[in-house]
Amino acid sequence: MNAHTLEGGFQDPSIDAAKAFRAIMDAMAHPGRVYTVIGAEPPLPVSKAAGVCLLTLCDHETPIYLAASHDKPATREWIAFHTGAPIAPLEESQFALGTWSSLLPLKPYSIGTPQYPDQSATLIVELPALQTHGATLRGPGIETSVQFNVPDINELQCNHRHYPMGLDFIFTAGSDVAAIPRSTEVQ
Amino acid sequence: MNNEAYNFAYLDEQTKRMIRRALLKAVAIPGYQVPFASREMPMPYGWGTGGVQVSAAILTPDDRLKVIDQGADDTTNAVSIRSFFKRTAGVQTTTATSEATVIQTRHRIPEVPLTEKQTLVYQVPIPEPLRFLEPRESETRKMHSLEEYGLMHVKLYEDIARHGHIATSYAYPVSVEERYIMDPSPIPKFDNPKLSQNAALQLFGAGREQRIYALPPYTKVVSLDFDDHPFEASKANHVCALCGAEHSYLDEVIVDDEGNRMFVCSDTDYCESRRAQGLTGKSAA
Repeated sequence: MNAHTLEGGFQDPSIDAAKAFRAIMDAMAHPGRVYTVIGAEPPLPVSKAAGVCLLTLCDHETPIYLAASHDKPATREWIAFHTGAPIAPLEESQFALGTWSSLLPLKPYSIGTPQYPDQSATLIVELPALQTHGATLRGPGIETSVQFNVPDINELQCNHRHYPMGLDFIFTAGSDVAAIPRSTEVQ
Repeated sequence: MNNEAYNFAYLDEQTKRMIRRALLKAVAIPGYQVPFASREMPMPYGWGTGGVQVSAAILTPDDRLKVIDQGADDTTNAVSIRSFFKRTAGVQTTTATSEATVIQTRHRIPEVPLTEKQTLVYQVPIPEPLRFLEPRESETRKMHSLEEYGLMHVKLYEDIARHGHIATSYAYPVSVEERYIMDPSPIPKFDNPKLSQNAALQLFGAGREQRIYALPPYTKVVSLDFDDHPFEASKANHVCALCGAEHSYLDEVIVDDEGNRMFVCSDTDYCESRRAQGLTGKSAA
């Protein structure tokens, strides 16, 4: 274990987590809208925003799948020390972290069941940048429509067709975070 | 015991993470009831333990909290929850709807339209709209998964057969984004139209029943009805005796032993701010 593993957590855990969660919740409630979060300094290649999401949402109850892009010893150690979350195969994961291409294909992730659609995975997707142009998003949380640079329109449309089952996506880049829940229609 | 003896916003961090994860799924599936591991709170069930847990999970020190009970800021339930969070989370509190960032409510939606910067947290006694029609959770869950909602329409039809109109006046069932049927908590049906396309995020917490559900901003919410018996957002056919408001929801107050009564706004902040502007009703002193 190297010294960096012990660093980069929240300075003031309950307050930092409360502020971060509010941003993440607002992002999920306003699909495609970009919010800024602070407080985590995870080891590369994990972005600060993805680090904040892990610290805010994950603990020993939430198995995490690390895609090849993020499955590094430093990442495993940092997650183990700061969250206590077990690293799990993707079929058993509640959260998954990685770049879009390394998280694919989406089919094996849990999308919940018809009676318990909430028992589905949340994917934390690292993007180079979050931009408010690109695909058009419509649905709950959006007044008319918004634009967002989704990594793949077809995959997100396919995910939406499972509604109310499906995956929820949190997109991160640097300190920016945005989300697209399964309810969002992507065109 | 001093305030430092409590964690921020009373609940421990692991509990808050569990509630927060449930909240995110609730927002992602509007109207669907997410099970969560509801905790014992330092107040009895029925006093808003679900709403309090949701509020505890979303509050930040920058928030300004308003708590209403049947529209009133000055009832026991509202006052005690407000002081609970003032003490354990150090948040500022207010009674003015427009100044609040988080509003916890029992059985009303404020009269003043809410904004995107506000979050409304409902205290919910029975989250399952089908519960009085089908007592088994295993069955209601199946009904939701199959969108098998005929029973609810039969219930409303029986209202019409018996009373000549839909007699359900509160906790009036709604359809969310043409998918889930949801219980809006016991708000009067007068408030139902405000559920739809609301700019604020609406969160619902049921402590005893261990369920959380949500309506993201601008979600389409339709009150169930029939073509020949359309939904009507009814209220007492009076004006507020204190502020003269014609379009606010009214409480009936018995004022003496002779059976005299007056109708006043249920939303105390709305009524007070109208009176502060000099608007008066016939009983204003």
